[in-house]
Amino acid sequence: MTPGLGSYLIVSGLLFAIGLAGVLLRRSPLVVLLSLEVMLNSVNLSLVGFGRYNGSRDGQVFALVVMGVAAAEVVVGLGLIVAMERRKMALDTDELVELSG
Amino acid sequence: MATVVWFVASAAAIACAFAVILQRNPFISAIALLGNLASLATLFILLQSDFVAAAQIIVYAGAVMVMFLFVIAYIGPRGELPTTHRRTWQIVVASVAAGAILVELALVIGRSGLDSAAAVEDDFGSPQTVGQLFLTTYVGAFEMVSLLLLVAAIAAVVLGAGPRPMRVDLDERQRRVQEARELAASRSAE
Repeated sequence: MTPGLGSYLIVSGLLFAIGLAGVLLRRSPLVVLLSLEVMLNSVNLSLVGFGRYNGSRDGQVFALVVMGVAAAEVVVGLGLIVAMERRKMALDTDELVELSG
Repeated sequence: MATVVWFVASAAAIACAFAVILQRNPFISAIALLGNLASLATLFILLQSDFVAAAQIIVYAGAVMVMFLFVIAYIGPRGELPTTHRRTWQIVVASVAAGAILVELALVIGRSGLDSAAAVEDDFGSPQTVGQLFLTTYVGAFEMVSLLLLVAAIAAVVLGAGPRPMRVDLDERQRRVQEARELAASRSAE
């Protein structure tokens, strides 16, 4: 017996919730980015799973595009962290409140 | 057999995800994310999406994680402030939000009843067929992603360059222009 689509979707949902908790709870921007990766990957899992269970390759194409977007996001995010570090700013999302109205 | 592999890979993925968000040391978080990505690649292989699994290992575990580790090494092992600084309402709101998402997803998945897999050919996840889709039906998305990556690379260079070291003050510049004009005027008068 092979695991059905529901079992993959449950793993995906659990990973998404864990990643969301990490994004909301952690204050180091680095760990926030890492948690964001967990969320993006959980969505990739459901995309590939749906594609497999519909017999369509579109899910795989979508998952690869998500990977490309995630790579771009990581590049910009890490660039921001390095720029913050060079300006001797605190690496703490609770301290970075200059843009809050 | 597939059920056993699914169970082990899923348990590893979830355990690694917990390690990512709970570890104090960002270096260990990054290594845990590596485990999470590898477990997900196993699940992709179970779903017969071989090319996505390979790309996951090469692009994510290879390139993206190395970049993460470089930045963590650059910043140094700097932990977060002690938890006494933390506001409790943040923890409550974050847990409620994550729990709500989880309950919502569980309800929807429980009712979906999508459990019969379609029959697929052997080359369902082969690089050839997926690549063909990228260069025919989804060529627009493919080009947009390459453009996005180019923009992101330029953004990283701009962000990494930092403040410009050789910036001439505007007043200083105007003063110099004025001096040069006066010099030219005195020479033409002679």
